[in-house]
Amino acid sequence: MQEPAITPELIESHGLKPEEYDRILDIIGREPTFTELGIFSAMWNEHCSYKSSKKWLRTLPTEGPQVICGPGENAGVVDIGDGQAVVFKMESHNHPSYIEPYQGAATGVGGILRDVFTMGARPIAAMNSLSFGAPDHPKTRHLVHGVVEGIGGYGNCFGVPTVGGEVRFHPAYNGNCLVNAFAAGLADADKIFYSAASGVGMPVVYLGAKTGRDGVGGATMASAEFDDTIEEKRPTVQVGDPFTEKRLMEACLELMQTGAVISIQDMGAAGLTCSAVEMGDKGGLGVKLQLDHVPQREEGMTAYEMMLSESQERMLMVLRPEKEAQARAVFEKWDLDFAIVGETIAEDRFLIMQGNEVKADLPLSKLSSEAPEYDRPWVPTPAPAPLGEVPQVDPIDGLRALIGSPNHAAKQWVYEQYDTMVMADTARTPGLGAGIVRVHGTDKHLAFTSDVTPRYVRANPVEGGKQAVAEAYRNLTAVGAKPLASTDNLNFGNPEKPDIMGQFVGAIQGIGAACKALDMPIVSGNVSLYNETDGEAILPTPTIAAVGLLASADEIIGTQVRDGHVALVIGETTGHLGQSALLAEVFNREEGDAPHVDLEAERRHGDFIRAHREWIAACTDLSDGGLALAAFELAEGSGVGVQIDTDDMGQLFGEDQARYLIACNFDQAEALMAAAGQEGVPIQAVGRFGGDTVRLGGSEAPLEELSRLYRTAFEAAVG
Amino acid sequence: MRAAVVVFPGSNCDRDLAVAFERVGFDVTMVWHKETGLPEGVDIVGVPGGFSYGDYLRCGAIAARSPVCKAIVSHAERGGYVLGICNGFQILTETGILPGALLRNAGLKYICRTVGLRVETTDSAFTREYEKGQVIRIPIAHHDGNYYADDATLERLRAEDRIAFTYTENPNGSVADIAGILSPNRRVLGMMPHPERAADSGHGGTDGLALFRALAGVLAPA
Repeated sequence: MQEPAITPELIESHGLKPEEYDRILDIIGREPTFTELGIFSAMWNEHCSYKSSKKWLRTLPTEGPQVICGPGENAGVVDIGDGQAVVFKMESHNHPSYIEPYQGAATGVGGILRDVFTMGARPIAAMNSLSFGAPDHPKTRHLVHGVVEGIGGYGNCFGVPTVGGEVRFHPAYNGNCLVNAFAAGLADADKIFYSAASGVGMPVVYLGAKTGRDGVGGATMASAEFDDTIEEKRPTVQVGDPFTEKRLMEACLELMQTGAVISIQDMGAAGLTCSAVEMGDKGGLGVKLQLDHVPQREEGMTAYEMMLSESQERMLMVLRPEKEAQARAVFEKWDLDFAIVGETIAEDRFLIMQGNEVKADLPLSKLSSEAPEYDRPWVPTPAPAPLGEVPQVDPIDGLRALIGSPNHAAKQWVYEQYDTMVMADTARTPGLGAGIVRVHGTDKHLAFTSDVTPRYVRANPVEGGKQAVAEAYRNLTAVGAKPLASTDNLNFGNPEKPDIMGQFVGAIQGIGAACKALDMPIVSGNVSLYNETDGEAILPTPTIAAVGLLASADEIIGTQVRDGHVALVIGETTGHLGQSALLAEVFNREEGDAPHVDLEAERRHGDFIRAHREWIAACTDLSDGGLALAAFELAEGSGVGVQIDTDDMGQLFGEDQARYLIACNFDQAEALMAAAGQEGVPIQAVGRFGGDTVRLGGSEAPLEELSRLYRTAFEAAVG
Repeated sequence: MRAAVVVFPGSNCDRDLAVAFERVGFDVTMVWHKETGLPEGVDIVGVPGGFSYGDYLRCGAIAARSPVCKAIVSHAERGGYVLGICNGFQILTETGILPGALLRNAGLKYICRTVGLRVETTDSAFTREYEKGQVIRIPIAHHDGNYYADDATLERLRAEDRIAFTYTENPNGSVADIAGILSPNRRVLGMMPHPERAADSGHGGTDGLALFRALAGVLAPA
């Protein structure tokens, strides 16, 4: 087959800048072949190379005594005691999900699950953070249905419980929805599998599903802005098969037990290229691949297509040769492909053969070490104008506006489409705060949450970045867990624009400071840039997912409130309404500064909750929507009313940070107040639970009526 | 007291079911779908939830033609006990051991939530620890749980008291609110809800445990 000539247009269509192409010429000293150009484009796009973000990612705290493996591998690994580890990561699948929501979201889930079981961990929990455009935008409903069904379709069949997540709507996502998928797995701390190859002449084995033409160029697509040619990009979205993924997981975990695996890497973005280079590069070795041995789904595939295919449910492994028969038997048992497609070599070479023809011959280490890295110009985000007058609103009307909006309404329409209980260890299903999963066969539990308030980040990236981490910390704390570590999924617009880059830098600074102060190091993550359509960027959305540990079921703080419980607020309320949910939902205003985060107070208040958990019947963190929304949610979940004494708007709807709402008996409240007094923690009795109405200051409505609104508003808007 | 839990490549509630059996004292053997026979002396076969063969073609249709299913059918024909949950129920209807079929949910969406079930008969090894008319809370998690049978079959199920559970609030469009049915000899139960997900205090509900306890009571060696 005649390969296309390398022209400036071809280079541009591969997402490579002229100066990046010059760099390729410098490295190899000749014009690349078509396949080589494809390999460079796959390795050097933003998605795989982190070329705009690397400089800043290095500033994040990634270490701690609990961290077994930080960023750089397929997922982060954190010690949970007793020789066990939790392995987790979050990753975006934004662009594919906008183009083809079902498959885009499904393969996003598939990709993150693979990242986890590649490390030798059995996935035990999933979450997803979803951002869509305005509820009445013509594409939104289609995207919501497709994405939610895709997540369910894949995760439910695979057999991992989805225990948490977020769903938000904002016009800034009209042309660019966000799908951030999280997965966590459980492994023995001394049986973690890494990607670095070792040993010369070791067989490189291809595992899993066959290679087809789907997803060719996907990673490059994911690194570009959208415009009106978007429909033409549909063929770059991969198609997922969760049944194959389930078998691949079981086969890989079984294989790992045999001792046959030297190193293993899943084929995600840029498939065979990225996985082979990663294994070779980390091990200081070269890799030779003979493409004729690659299991193929279609006839006549070129080297270019095979190297760039993003067909799903595939793995690459370096095998201990003496174990080949045993390893092959495992894959035959699960009816999956097992093919030796190459070997490790001593030279620093990435040699791709098809028949007798050399299709690519590149210095392997330079594909990653010489990848471009940019120090993009950035400008700090200017301080927002102060918040102007906020007119009075009847408190119950304010609450109705919140719970009647799909942003704050109950999300059961979404999470009831996910299997939240498979594996029979789910201790807390989605709905209020963090999800909880028991560590199978023990009484230990893990808590999971994912958080960010994009409005805050846009107004004040540094404080917004801190807030995302702080809210994750609080959500874990509110269920009684000790936060262990986090993963970040940083979704931003075009980094070549200094103001967007400024948002990114600010958010990283805030996240870094908060992770350090709250001892929640970042152990894995993903960056998604160029989330723009026709030049309009999304809200900066650095999603933080975090994991916490509970030593036993007794440590879990409940959510059931009873008639007669006292309502207490931990933390200082100044009544900060800037960038609040009330302002956005009632007045359609996104103004003022984001609430500032006092990290020292966050830590002190969190420690207070954990230290006195035996006095706390139910707890939730205060976040957007403030006390009014939190009190309603807690009461509604237990089917009892609530009375909050104040009718001050700032007290009810302010979004000051480092706060929790607690429900407990009178005696326990007295004990908590005494302890708080001694420990210098602000505490305030704000009302009581009971009855069948919700009263905020002088305004009141039947719980049943509000509950109906809260339970139906999401479906009414986008169902 | 021995239980076998069948493992299809896409089963994902196999471990959960084994844990529930073990909890009430069964020795559990996992049986791979390519096996042509069951282990000696098995008292009950559990056909677990999941997506046996990816739910391709039709839920349970391919599984019903697998080697191990032939062994399950002959086990049932010999009067052996079988418990099919969710995908397991779908498979049992596809094999013909149980009548009717499971169609796509009326709302066309997957549903996972805890629902109310009314115990319709206590005349079986599975339901004897409940009380007739008792409402229990058990999770469902399925896309195709909409039970259908023709009028003659329904009439027979009713006449023979073979409807084991009905939904208190029908979530999926099942005819006559049916959530689970028994075979003519009352030794095979197929049900869409997952009793193994409500079998220990960590689950937030334990209404499913009585089903396993009842089985253990009947199958325990004298």
